[in-house]
Amino acid sequence: MKSPAPPSSEITPEALYADRRRFLKSSLLFAATAAGVGAGLIGLTGGARLRGRADKTADGALAKVRPGPFGTSEPPTPLKDITSYNNFYEFGTEKDDPARLAGSLVTRPWTVAIEGEVHRPQTVDIDALLGWFPPQERVYRMRCVEAWSMVIPWDGFPLGDLIRRAEPTSNARYVAFTTLLDPRQMPGQRREVLEWPYVEGLRLDEALHPLTLLATGLYGRALPNQDGAPLRLVVPWKYGFKGIKSIVRIALTRDQPPTSWNIAAPQEYGFYANVNPAVDHPRWSQAMERRIGEVARRPTLPFNGYAEQVAGLYSGMDLGRNF
Amino acid sequence: MSSARTPAKPGGGRRPWLKPAVFTGALAPLGLILWQASRGALGANPVAEALNRLGLTALVFLVASLACTPLRETLGWTWPIALRRMLGLFAFFYACLHFGTYAVLDQGLRGAAILADVTKRKFIFVGFAAFVLLIPLAATSTAAAVRRLGFVRWKRLHRLVYLIGILGVTHFWLRVKKDVREPAIYASVLAVLLLARIVVAARERARRRAAAALPVAGA
Repeated sequence: MKSPAPPSSEITPEALYADRRRFLKSSLLFAATAAGVGAGLIGLTGGARLRGRADKTADGALAKVRPGPFGTSEPPTPLKDITSYNNFYEFGTEKDDPARLAGSLVTRPWTVAIEGEVHRPQTVDIDALLGWFPPQERVYRMRCVEAWSMVIPWDGFPLGDLIRRAEPTSNARYVAFTTLLDPRQMPGQRREVLEWPYVEGLRLDEALHPLTLLATGLYGRALPNQDGAPLRLVVPWKYGFKGIKSIVRIALTRDQPPTSWNIAAPQEYGFYANVNPAVDHPRWSQAMERRIGEVARRPTLPFNGYAEQVAGLYSGMDLGRNF
Repeated sequence: MSSARTPAKPGGGRRPWLKPAVFTGALAPLGLILWQASRGALGANPVAEALNRLGLTALVFLVASLACTPLRETLGWTWPIALRRMLGLFAFFYACLHFGTYAVLDQGLRGAAILADVTKRKFIFVGFAAFVLLIPLAATSTAAAVRRLGFVRWKRLHRLVYLIGILGVTHFWLRVKKDVREPAIYASVLAVLLLARIVVAARERARRRAAAALPVAGA
């Protein structure tokens, strides 16, 4: 049976009825303020930053990659992480900036000048270079000076092969590397965060070591722009910042060349930058590292686990002073 | 700095929606981090991402709480004062989450490593000092605590927040590897807020001196 009147519990209280307009207004103001405060906080603290999802890979796959030496059985870091978590200040100082912004880098045509203390100086086209030295796969650990690490299946060729081809003179003792300087393609270069172009260097014996690689790809595909396309240095026993990206010049020199992070903060970043758990960065410990994909930190190994291969290069040197 | 004007009524007075709204919005950064973490959307290094965002959120609340009084003194707004305690407590809340993430997730509760960090690294020491100094302020944030301490002593204690603000910005500045644009913005805002207090205090002192001088002149 239907009752003619609604039960008293359903009758809107008179006070509330009278206040309805004010209540609605307050509700709206509440919602707008809460949303504004929330959005403002998220915006200020970087929560709204777009995660780099774009995968800017140069056109064309690499030639067949053959397996190379020095591999590790550790599981490789997913491609998504290797291509979205980058320090490449030419495209911005946030980790996801390079993935978002490196699309503006044009990697073809591209030439690399090989010069300085060599008998055969020349400027070589990147594709000719790839023809000379077919890529091989090198699965290396990569330890960033910021205490995180990855395992990266690089494709590339030993730097030593290129240096020997250029025939160093007897004066050559160091190798100097230079990144492209072009603020139109590299928006990060429009601000003086570092001195541009980025420069790096190795001692000649380090450069000739069979571990030292010039990478042209990863995971069997052309190197993504954010990882240093079309040609980057990989020195797996040194901190990642030694791995100069998008190289346009390789010069053999008599004297130790300047290096970008050493210029920026000499007390924090040395020329050698060998991975060393016993020598802390002045602002943080280098004893442990976080492997990307893991939460708990793991101990950092001397020379990033390549001591057996490279420790001999530094026998008799004070690695605390030559950090 | 001190004003005879009373803060807004505890109930929110003419703006009953204000405090609940700010409270709700203040939880958004935490909500977003938890949601993204559950979906694996915090990027390649989720611990570092959460750590950085929680710390920055704490700093934003700290600066916001320091802005309340200057807003009243310069623009005559009284409503921020009603939010001041909540903003300060949210600064502490996010600082707790920031430190907790550092100690538990980042350092895996290894006491020796944390102790070495706090004592050997300037930027961690500074951040830790800011966090520790926030504890007595949070603990004495209730009306009962003000009564127990007496307003003068309570106020003197809570002036620590100026030091905490400076330590917080310094912590952020020292952490950055090279690009100091963002910490520089926080440093400038903090400097303006502290400067505004100095100006107001100086003016007040001058006014009081003038007021004290008046009866003498009239005698």
